[in-house]
Amino acid sequence: MKSCYLGVDIGSISTKGVIIDSQNKILDSCYLYTEGDPIGAVKRLLNKLKIPKQYILKGIGTTGSARKLIGLMLDANVIKNEITAHAIGTTSIYPNVRTILEIGGQDSKVILLREGIIVDYAMNTLCAAGTGSFLSSQAKRLGVDVEEFGKIALKSNNPVKLAARCTVFAESDLVHKVQIGYEKEDIIAGLCRSVVFNYLNNVCKGKKLESPIIFQGGVSKNVGVIKYFEETLGTKILVDPNSHLMGALGVAILAKKNETDKVYKLNLKDIKFITKGSECSGCSNNCELLKIYKNDELIDIWGSRCGKFAKQ
Amino acid sequence: MSSIKISYPLMGNYEVAIFYLLSHTFKCDIIHPPKITTRTAEIGSKYSPDFVCAPFKYTLGTMIESLDKGANVIFQMGGGCRYGYYHELQRKILEDLGYDFKLINLISGGKQVNLLKIFKETNLPYHKIKAIYYGLITIKMVKYIDKIEDYIRIHRCFEVKKNSFNQLHQEMLNEMKKTKSLFHLKLIYHKYRRLFKKIKIKKPKNYIKVGIVGELYTLMEPFTNYQMEQLLSDMGVSVKRFTDVTYLLFKKKYKVKKFLKQHLLKYRMGADALDNIYHTKYLCEHNYDGIIHMKASFCTPEIAAMPIINQIAHEYKVPVLFFSMDMNTSETGVKTRLEAFYDMLEMRQK
Repeated sequence: MKSCYLGVDIGSISTKGVIIDSQNKILDSCYLYTEGDPIGAVKRLLNKLKIPKQYILKGIGTTGSARKLIGLMLDANVIKNEITAHAIGTTSIYPNVRTILEIGGQDSKVILLREGIIVDYAMNTLCAAGTGSFLSSQAKRLGVDVEEFGKIALKSNNPVKLAARCTVFAESDLVHKVQIGYEKEDIIAGLCRSVVFNYLNNVCKGKKLESPIIFQGGVSKNVGVIKYFEETLGTKILVDPNSHLMGALGVAILAKKNETDKVYKLNLKDIKFITKGSECSGCSNNCELLKIYKNDELIDIWGSRCGKFAKQ
Repeated sequence: MSSIKISYPLMGNYEVAIFYLLSHTFKCDIIHPPKITTRTAEIGSKYSPDFVCAPFKYTLGTMIESLDKGANVIFQMGGGCRYGYYHELQRKILEDLGYDFKLINLISGGKQVNLLKIFKETNLPYHKIKAIYYGLITIKMVKYIDKIEDYIRIHRCFEVKKNSFNQLHQEMLNEMKKTKSLFHLKLIYHKYRRLFKKIKIKKPKNYIKVGIVGELYTLMEPFTNYQMEQLLSDMGVSVKRFTDVTYLLFKKKYKVKKFLKQHLLKYRMGADALDNIYHTKYLCEHNYDGIIHMKASFCTPEIAAMPIINQIAHEYKVPVLFFSMDMNTSETGVKTRLEAFYDMLEMRQK
């Protein structure tokens, strides 16, 4: 029997899963929308992912914003933040990469690497302007499928300038431009460009972006954004066909590195996994507690500041 | 005023020293300000302008909570930045809320005011000789607390038994509350210094050293920085911090003069910006693995210092992580960034 490893990346918008073998080769992968229900999304994901016959699952890693919850649910041996996971996933395919641009659903980050080691990183702090969810909400407003966005943007020769420092103001500026009669493709191109400007000004401020540059995250599927990145930075931007899976791949590799003797099984169908929120009234901190039940058995309580409910 | 009840805003573990001083100097009730909690932050932000720095909101919240507990005289300090005007605005806000009280500013414009004169003017029942004597003890106490806490920050990450440092620290603070004299205080300090050195630690060969610089209140009040130092200790990171009350009150004067002679900067930049820049340089030169810069949101001197700190760290190739703390900072976001920072430092070390 050969061993394989599962990496799950549960983001705000989409959930990604990969199964790799011991040579980091992707055996199976899956991408679906989280739809605000990480537990349900992971259950669906695991139904779709197939472990090939002669393999056994030796490790599970989770990353993304729901990493802790899903890590507990799957009993993962590695729970890692998305920055490290992305860097490790990307360097396993492109060992020479020096800059990783990542734009996801809710967050965007830049990771600088030298010889495969992270030397600096930054993440958006204040606002979600210039992320995937901004693009998808504007797509809905314009009545365009977000998957088509990039292609439409490429048609335009004259992208509209948008005041895009803030999501809300960008939206009102966009409405204004629509109402005075700008063409749709110019507006869409303007949106793609504003994402690039916003990202470079807010996330990368003061950082030296050296090539080779890799662009990933959900927004990297948008050819319009890629085009404006190349235009602004003046270099070629690499986009891997599996760019959306890099986080999951990275955490699968980490699971491989921390492998134990344990063999995992993926039958979550009969496991009931419930979370209940409540407020503790022990002191004036009023911590929001989250109780996690597995098959009606309380396995952990999160969110207390005083450590009263900490797992022993 | 019928019976005077004194209170004061909180910062870190200095409550022990301040309460000690006040309860021995004044012949009136001293009210323990309640610990800073989410409620404090909520009350504070409710009555503060939204774009004021976070310490204003926390101290205002604490003041309201102590006023509700019955205090009618409150001490506040002012520093070398916007902080210097805090007491004026806070007084105005609290008066508008209908509180009848007296606000006394101990340090204004970065200079210590003549305390005895103020006390005389305000008719506070105090004992002059006692004030001087217990003042001396308090100064010494603050110095001792700072020394011990510096030791704790550096060594807590190596502890074998979890919480052994924190427990002993708490014991020490409790015993310091009962200090009888200068000599007694010295005995306590030496006793606990010995005990701290006796705590079993396991120091690995390669460990990560991080220096923390930034705005003073955010650095010193663990509630506002989500127990950053504890989080780092739990990860196994040894922490160095320069800013403490001893530094601000006694060392800063001389250090700044020394710093200005080094010709990196010509002018002071307000508050601790200059100090932080030089401390960053010191940390870079002394092989620290990383630097964490924390400030309260909208802290102007630190905003001015950030690009310079970034440049210095860049030249020495030391990574810096910037945090801007506020009630609206997400705790998860802070923890994710901190975890990633740790992973990065660990990878670099290999």
